[in-house]
Amino acid sequence: MKPLVTPAQAVSRARPRTRSNGLPDRALAWIFVGPAILLLLAFNIFPLLWTLYLSFTNYRANRPSAAVQWLGNLNYQRILNDPEIWQNLQKTAAFLVSTLFFQLLLGFALAWFINRKFRTHAFITTLILLPMMLSPAVVGTFWTYFFQPQYGLFNQVVGAFGDPSSFTMLGDVKLAPWAIVLVDTWMWTPYVMLLLLAGLRSIPDYIYEAAEVDRASEWTKFWRITLPMMLPFVVLAVLFRVIENFKMFDLVNQLTNGGPGSTTELAAITLKREAFEKWRTGFASALAIILFVSIYGLASVLVKFLERVKKA
Amino acid sequence: MIGISPPPAPPPARKTSTSRSAPSGNKDPLEPSKAAKTFSGVVVYLYALITLLPLLWIIITGFRSPSDAIAYPPKLFTPPSLEGYVNLFTTRTRLSQQELDALPPPSSFVDKIARDQQMVVVGPSGFLKRYTNSLIVGFGSTFLSVFLGTLAAYGFSRFRIPGKGDWLFFILSTRMMPPIAVAIPIFLMYRTIGLSDTHLGLILLYTTVNLSLAVWLLKGFMDEIPQEYEEAAMIDGYSRLDAFRRVVLPQAATGIAATAIFCLIFSWNEYAFSLLLTSGNAQTAPPFIPTIIGEGGLDWPAMAAATTLFLLPVLFFTVLLRDHLLRGISFGAIRK
Repeated sequence: MKPLVTPAQAVSRARPRTRSNGLPDRALAWIFVGPAILLLLAFNIFPLLWTLYLSFTNYRANRPSAAVQWLGNLNYQRILNDPEIWQNLQKTAAFLVSTLFFQLLLGFALAWFINRKFRTHAFITTLILLPMMLSPAVVGTFWTYFFQPQYGLFNQVVGAFGDPSSFTMLGDVKLAPWAIVLVDTWMWTPYVMLLLLAGLRSIPDYIYEAAEVDRASEWTKFWRITLPMMLPFVVLAVLFRVIENFKMFDLVNQLTNGGPGSTTELAAITLKREAFEKWRTGFASALAIILFVSIYGLASVLVKFLERVKKA
Repeated sequence: MIGISPPPAPPPARKTSTSRSAPSGNKDPLEPSKAAKTFSGVVVYLYALITLLPLLWIIITGFRSPSDAIAYPPKLFTPPSLEGYVNLFTTRTRLSQQELDALPPPSSFVDKIARDQQMVVVGPSGFLKRYTNSLIVGFGSTFLSVFLGTLAAYGFSRFRIPGKGDWLFFILSTRMMPPIAVAIPIFLMYRTIGLSDTHLGLILLYTTVNLSLAVWLLKGFMDEIPQEYEEAAMIDGYSRLDAFRRVVLPQAATGIAATAIFCLIFSWNEYAFSLLLTSGNAQTAPPFIPTIIGEGGLDWPAMAAATTLFLLPVLFFTVLLRDHLLRGISFGAIRK
């Protein structure tokens, strides 16, 4: 599409250019992209490399003047041979899978119903977002209040049919892992819903119109149009939630602090214990690098998958 | 802008995200039936009712007295009390009845509420300072991440940058490091360059974390704005920068607004970095709120009051920009 040339434009074109973009696009590109990359290098990659260095040493942040010894990969060996850390990684994986499952399920259902565009759907959508606007640390703290066996809101509501004080979500080895899943789902389902709703809205109407002409059933439309077309958004929601929940710290730290015992000790909680309670900075750094590499690997698989479904 | 003709008329709104059904008299076959709509509405309202109950409970708790908040059996209705708010903003000390009797009558309602608890106000609490810090750090870093993110997203969207895909993934990967892990190196680094416990230090850090999301959200958005508009503007004598400012930016406004909401939600609520890297001077409110202690444990009403007040700016910002929220995360690039 070529715009019509008005006389004014013709004149302005004939005029010798006093344009300020003497810069070639290549230089301009770095002006646009450069500041962001510089900032990331300084405040993210540099500390990351430092962490990598520390992970090969026995450095202790609470004894800064002690001599630092190079340990080689000893820290890594210790971690990979530590059954407790493996258990905690499994707990993290279980947490990741169950939160994703519930958030995708609820988020999709919500997005689907909101997309029916009933009256006041815009209003209620904003309202539903409220839990994700809270601070995770504050949410974690307040849910300990709601989970109080005697006067807690949750126990009162759920226990309304029986005895509210007959169960303690946070004190029970079986229930505590579900408590953190429940709170995380309460908080982040709106986020997933928002992404999936954007996905639903991105499907052009004419595809459904064509399906209508072909008299496709609702079921067919859902499986053949809706789901494949919004798959990229599902993958994106998974990607963002995986990145956030793999390093989940603040909410669980406040809610259970890993307890009871170490039932809800997710990887980031172990990290905190090693780094700021036992002050084994080198060891904690090695664990951090292992976590980072795991998230990185998982995320790159998801991004590859995203590229594939985008093209499809 | 002398001598430069106006840029092409603003293009029509992007088709994918706006009006669905043409305003025709015929019944749109894609329009859900009335029953389906009602049913959907009921389900969504039910979800909202259940999930907002805890939040409502927090707000109500802010207006209970500390003893009512932990009463057993729990009370649904309690006489409204401002003790939580008074406790949040003040530090108090307990006095004996004789000492209280000896004092002159309370000078303000704050004083009166404290006296009713057998206490006197001895000074302000740290909450106001934390709140101000949160405002500075939260909005400062949101502005910076959106600013840098917009530039970078435009750069990645329009220019041929060697290894573009790798850079984009690299930017995303910066969000993957657990904050606890990098806190120690950052602490050492900040101490060396004098950024420990400063607003600027936190702003830069939050900006770094937010940049990844900002670039990803905005690049998708920029990709959807047809290049022809800028090219036309540049043919008309606009420089690349002018074209960016006057043609691209207005069209990207929706994406920018949505990105700003997400950035604010993160930097406003961030906990770990603030807890580990700042203290008296620059610490924001999230590490402070869960530690408000009353007599005999956590002061739930004061914490509830803090949570309520702390929610307001984000809520206000989101409501202000809510129309952009959904269209802004269309991730247009995904379609291509």
